[in-house]
Amino acid sequence: MTAELQSYLILILVGFLPSEVWRWLGIALGRGLDEQSEIILWVRGVATALIAAVVARIIVIPPGALAEVPLSVRVGALAIGFAAFLLIRRSAFAGVLAGEAALVIGATVLGR
Amino acid sequence: MDAPPQDSPASPPLRTFVRGASAGVRSVFFYVLIGNYVGLGALSYEFGFSIWWMVASTLLVWAAPAQVILISTLPTAALVEVALAVTLSSVRFLPMVAALIPLFKAPGVRQRDLLLPMHLTAISVWVEGMRLVPQQPRGERVAFYNGLGVGLMGAAVIGSATGYVLAAQLPPLLAATLLFFTPMALLMSSARNARALLDRVAFALGLVVGPIVAWLSLGLDLMWTGLIAGTIAYLIHRWRESRQGGAA
Amino acid sequence: MKTVMTDIGPWFALILAGFLPNEIWRLAGVMLVRGLDEKSQIIIWVRAVATAMLAGVLAQLVLSSTGALALIPVSVRIGAAVLGFLAFLAARKSVFVGVLTGELAVMAGAYWFG
Repeated sequence: MTAELQSYLILILVGFLPSEVWRWLGIALGRGLDEQSEIILWVRGVATALIAAVVARIIVIPPGALAEVPLSVRVGALAIGFAAFLLIRRSAFAGVLAGEAALVIGATVLGR
Repeated sequence: MDAPPQDSPASPPLRTFVRGASAGVRSVFFYVLIGNYVGLGALSYEFGFSIWWMVASTLLVWAAPAQVILISTLPTAALVEVALAVTLSSVRFLPMVAALIPLFKAPGVRQRDLLLPMHLTAISVWVEGMRLVPQQPRGERVAFYNGLGVGLMGAAVIGSATGYVLAAQLPPLLAATLLFFTPMALLMSSARNARALLDRVAFALGLVVGPIVAWLSLGLDLMWTGLIAGTIAYLIHRWRESRQGGAA
Repeated sequence: MKTVMTDIGPWFALILAGFLPNEIWRLAGVMLVRGLDEKSQIIIWVRAVATAMLAGVLAQLVLSSTGALALIPVSVRIGAAVLGFLAFLAARKSVFVGVLTGELAVMAGAYWFG
């Protein structure tokens, strides 16, 4: 994104802060439940997808020491961890443990 | 046991604060937060931030997804892009805080008294707060919640510093496991909260669309992924709803 | 805008891209419940910050030396902006007049000095 485009984007975003946003909030709230819940649902979808994108980013463009682990191991360990989570009563603890173990084993076996 | 007194506090604010803090320390979230933030601390080390910056981000931002976005994108993306992604990830604070504030309604509670509880609100603090605060006498609720929030934030600060230092000292494989913790934790917590089709589709699509968008080097890849994948998921949800609703 | 590490420092970035975009949702939650007090100190502060950021971006756009605007001398750009603002004030705060004057001034300036 060019410097100019960014400046214009900031202009639009920040320019609204002093006034427009509050009016829109008022209107949106006055509109009644249906439209609000649709907007809420859409925002929820976007936010969830965003978190997924963050997860994918760390796996696919890993920093530092994680980059020394092969991509297949990173992706595989994530999948194994998720599978463990699903299988073991949706336990986050089990999932993380399984994923980490898979990572260590995979990294050791398939070379760093 | 009688209902708690509705107006004047039974204990001085400091003692209530400490009571709240100890409730935080005894909560399971204390350990969850330490675990989460150890991963974040390690991430911040690998991306080149200072330990002071990391701790400051925990105190000022106090939201793990937003912090992950900051840490992993600030070094390479433009400020506007990062700010947009951060703001999208934090929308849930609006309903959370809105649900919480009415609990604090009491004589003598000024708007500026609500600022600290407002800032301290994060998922874990909010969940424990919604559970425990209604049990407190109204006059003591703000002090209690502040204690709770500070106690849990303490866990996060401990985790941040520990993770940072560990990442600096540990051999590569162990450091890699620390770094791997963050995507795992994010995946698990999203999966736990994703009951509806909308959330599941959105997350799955995000995982797939994310790398594609990043590969296309569009800049703001997190933002675009969120918008594209999220909108598709929302449309799928609408389509399913209309099919089920229209079937006669 | 260069990347943050070399430009305005990670601390500014923390505040601008981390703290602010994150905190507004918490603030909005409070506003929603307690009502919008136009005179409250928080609102006044938010508006001051937003206005200051806006001013900063405007200055950056006028003074920037990239893109088509770079072909026009800085003095002309500043002069045109000032002229436009004066016209805006003179025409009883008409945005249309201000923008028109500014545009005409910058075009004339580009023609004569560029």
